[in-house]
Amino acid sequence: MKVVLHIWRQTKRSTEQDHKQDGRMVRYELADVSPDMSFLEMLDVLNEHLIGRGEEPVAFDHDCREGICGSCGVVIDGVPHGPERGTTTCQLHMRSFQDGAEIWIEPWRAAAFPVVRDLVVDRSAFDRIVQAGAYISVNTGAPQDANAIPVPKADADRAFDAATCIGCGACVAACKNASAMLFVGAKVSHFAHLPQGRVERERRARNLVAAMDAEGFGNCTNQYECEAVCPKEIPVRVIAEMNREYLRAKVIEQPAGGKQIGGHG
Amino acid sequence: MTWLFDFWRSSIGGKVTMAVTGLLLFGFVVAHLLGNLQLFAGPERLNAYAKMLADSGALLWVARIGLLVVFVVHVVTAIRLSRANKSARPVAYQHEDTVQATFASRSMVFSGLSLLAFVVYHLLHFTFGVTNPEHFARKGVGAGGHDVYAMVTTSFAVPAIAIAYAAFQIVLFLHLRHGIQSLAQTLGLNHGRLTPLIGKLSVLLAALIAGGNLLLALSVQLGVVKVAS
Amino acid sequence: MKLDAKIPGGPVQQKWDTRKFELKLVNPANKRKYKVLVVGSGLAGASAAASLAELGYQVECFCFQDSPRRAHSIAAQGGINAAKNYRNDGDSVWRLFYDTVKGGDFRAREANVYRLAQLSVNIIDQAVAQGVPFAREYGGLLDNRSFGGAQVSRTFYARGQTGQQLLLGAYAALSRQIGLGTVKMFPRTEMLDVVLVDGHAKGIVVRDLVTGEIRSHAADAVVLATGGYGNVFYLSTNAKGCNVTATWRAYKRGAGFANPCYTQIHPTCIPVSGEHQSKLTLMSESLRNDGRVWVPKAKGDKRAPGEIPDAERDYYLERKYPSFGNLAPRDIASRAAMQVCDEGRGIGDTGLGVYLDFRDSIARLGRDAIAARYGNLFHMYAKITAEDPYSRPMRIFPAVHYTMGGLWVDYDLQSTIPGLFVLGEANFSDHGANRLGASALMQGLADGYFVIPYTIGGYLAGQKAGAVKVDHPQFQVVAGEVAAMTKRLLQVQGKRTVDDFHKALGKIMWSKCGMARNERGLQQALREIPALREEFWRDVRVLGSERNLNQSLEKAGRVADFLEFGELMCRDALERRESCGGHFREEWQDDGEAKRDDENFCHAAVWEYTGPDQKPVRNAESLEFDNVHLAVRSYK
Repeated sequence: MKVVLHIWRQTKRSTEQDHKQDGRMVRYELADVSPDMSFLEMLDVLNEHLIGRGEEPVAFDHDCREGICGSCGVVIDGVPHGPERGTTTCQLHMRSFQDGAEIWIEPWRAAAFPVVRDLVVDRSAFDRIVQAGAYISVNTGAPQDANAIPVPKADADRAFDAATCIGCGACVAACKNASAMLFVGAKVSHFAHLPQGRVERERRARNLVAAMDAEGFGNCTNQYECEAVCPKEIPVRVIAEMNREYLRAKVIEQPAGGKQIGGHG
Repeated sequence: MTWLFDFWRSSIGGKVTMAVTGLLLFGFVVAHLLGNLQLFAGPERLNAYAKMLADSGALLWVARIGLLVVFVVHVVTAIRLSRANKSARPVAYQHEDTVQATFASRSMVFSGLSLLAFVVYHLLHFTFGVTNPEHFARKGVGAGGHDVYAMVTTSFAVPAIAIAYAAFQIVLFLHLRHGIQSLAQTLGLNHGRLTPLIGKLSVLLAALIAGGNLLLALSVQLGVVKVAS
Repeated sequence: MKLDAKIPGGPVQQKWDTRKFELKLVNPANKRKYKVLVVGSGLAGASAAASLAELGYQVECFCFQDSPRRAHSIAAQGGINAAKNYRNDGDSVWRLFYDTVKGGDFRAREANVYRLAQLSVNIIDQAVAQGVPFAREYGGLLDNRSFGGAQVSRTFYARGQTGQQLLLGAYAALSRQIGLGTVKMFPRTEMLDVVLVDGHAKGIVVRDLVTGEIRSHAADAVVLATGGYGNVFYLSTNAKGCNVTATWRAYKRGAGFANPCYTQIHPTCIPVSGEHQSKLTLMSESLRNDGRVWVPKAKGDKRAPGEIPDAERDYYLERKYPSFGNLAPRDIASRAAMQVCDEGRGIGDTGLGVYLDFRDSIARLGRDAIAARYGNLFHMYAKITAEDPYSRPMRIFPAVHYTMGGLWVDYDLQSTIPGLFVLGEANFSDHGANRLGASALMQGLADGYFVIPYTIGGYLAGQKAGAVKVDHPQFQVVAGEVAAMTKRLLQVQGKRTVDDFHKALGKIMWSKCGMARNERGLQQALREIPALREEFWRDVRVLGSERNLNQSLEKAGRVADFLEFGELMCRDALERRESCGGHFREEWQDDGEAKRDDENFCHAAVWEYTGPDQKPVRNAESLEFDNVHLAVRSYK
């Protein structure tokens, strides 16, 4: 099959000013595409042609190519990871497109995800959010037996549903406000459902939301595009859970330096 | 107070502010509609209701100021959030598409700003009597109160006004249809069984409110209500 | 090359305790004066970096991915073994030890394997405390499943995403330390050489993949946790970025490379669909718990699977290995699949495939139960093949998956270069010639959480903290060499792309050093690989500059190393004149079963670099089996 591609090309990392001048869409025609190819294999073929012609290949992030590492991800015809639900870009196959299709391929767009080159963006904002508190503070070697605390299966399953996030950033790319609330909600929800995670729940909710805000992500307006494009189909329930956890944490927060009522110094 | 301000400035705090003020405004819209539906009960009933309100004195002012504060907070927070949202995506996609976002959800800023304009007009029209002074402030039936019934019916007898009011009900419908379910989600209410119900309820409530208002606006044109002589 | 495994004395059960007591300690106040570099952020690297930082060391951690969370450990599906005996089915540390030694076809070091089995139980405790959402039963306790090569249920799992969940646990622990400032993380940074000062590893040279800057990092010890070299085959289940570069360059600086020919071919992967194929996708071994493997009895039977009656199906694993059946170890299951395909009974258009059929278990347990166990795997399969595995058996075929070989390490996980420690798949120690399913996660985490925090202290206690700084002249020398190689790749300006060379190398490796190997083929490969390498340096085309993100340049460096490494691998396969585990020499077999030669090859082969284009030297560490009787492996 044949396809016509419009791909964002950009050689330099995006700067604070004037992002639009950083790159442009370039049109490519590709004739030798097999419907059994994955989308990224199609880009591989394009790159082999480009190198043959002496043009620099299109840079795109990818690694495991089986939908779990979260490296890959481009916006295909306006939809992150393309037209199939619950699918990463690497799991998308060309059989999902018509012969002769025109396909627009763009990088994730968000102030918090500056473009590094072509379709590659910098998602380190996600790592910084996790560093702010998406963990349980337990040192190696300290724990008790794994079966010491029973966890209801339903809770474990819910925690798992949230923990399945691959950190690809499609939620941010899809949100018209470039909000990271599905990502952060997933972290909050994962730990909030486990007894081990509840010890630090208030601190975690406060710190994660503060870190998220500091990165310059937008605010959720409950349109649920994130849920629609999430390759792991994480539900927006996790955002409601985060809102709840955050509200709860703020309500019971003690003033800084304040003493507990009835406390004796 | 800095605690409250910090909360308001956070992303979720801002959303919660929108939800809570939205809920209060929704409550007002419901009360406003219920009061105005007395139009169908005739001039005496409506004007008595208007006089009762006008005579509540301090209470009325407390309510008015409260409502104004809520309204201003709702609008100011919305402006803050949407500006933040805009700067979170400095470069738009060249080829845009959506998967499941509703039209109502995507047009909240537009519907909100339209409603703001409408509210201003509505106040100038019926509260301050600026836009159509000829309809306004006719001394009426009751004991010295305004003849609200006459004011409303003469206004709605003008097709352009009736149509304008009716048209804004569509905008109100869109705003509420997304807003009601949205506030539930923002306040943390999301549950396997409840959420689909809230979604449906949201449409139903929005339709009832907008429909009720629409009926009021078109009441004269439809001949359901007689114009006061 | 001196190979002292430093195995502690005493009975195998007490060796680790003995060693822990023997090891010198670093005073808590002094720990912060020592700096450790951890290269790689997979299970081994992330757990090591986090645990070392918790102890108080200054840690710098490096990964080539854009985030430490993306290391390829994330793709492990099935599970992690632990001798918890929660099932009451007769498991014990001893049994896990025994199964692993036997599963590795008696080519692993007993002491290391025993320690691994001991530590397995701590890993589960640690992971649960970190919030890893393992599968649970309705009573709230942890669930288990069975895996190949074992007759007990000791595998803990998180749906089909166990590796992901365990890695995210380690990544969370690492992130916590990064947030606390005790670990400095360098993502999108590739290690390109190790720097030796007075024979000790005292730093590394890296390339910042975004800016292209070549940079030196000095430290008191270096930990490599850089994974395996399966991508030498081009097509494998490894992530595209997996490479041999870090371990290969350490080898060229003097670290011994052990058993490079031991590669694991995983029996259940999705068959190749065409020339464009860029990688292979694994279907977890756990599927063999409920799926039955078969091919038609008749050659060239092209009927749809559903139309072939049971009587005309050959459930060959159940037939040949009645006691383990579909759960025969990986090397055996892979070879059995290859045999039936060689007989012309393979399925699909290419004839390179066998069926993995869930019909019977769906009938027995119901579709929902199967979906709950394997839903995401079925989903993945359907996406790739556009076939529905609920109604039509999966087509599967063996593919390169894991490499048991790696840098030689002693009991303390230290390589032949003092101060250079090697963890996880990058080392050679625990799996012998074949790794059992659900043991890779166990080893990576045992090394990172529970071994290195002790053993590195033993080394550091004898070192003066911060003795070497980046201004040491050796750093300039090595950085200069790294920069020169990077430039050289760009200067060739030939005609063939990097991928083209990589594919050509992969074809040689798969056909001559793949599932079955023989003297003639290996000799041929040893002629073809140097020729291909020579052509690479004459005709490769790498465009762009070294001063920014240049993915072709990254790949070119990795393929250049594979082109050298492949030769060593074939040489090792040639010299190991026996069959064992994943290494199958056609000349040594009993009717298709691997035939070991314990008299001459009961050792680890450790290769020593002697210079460019020089023949490397083969050293041997002999293996003693005091606890598990050296016997012919039988799964019948």
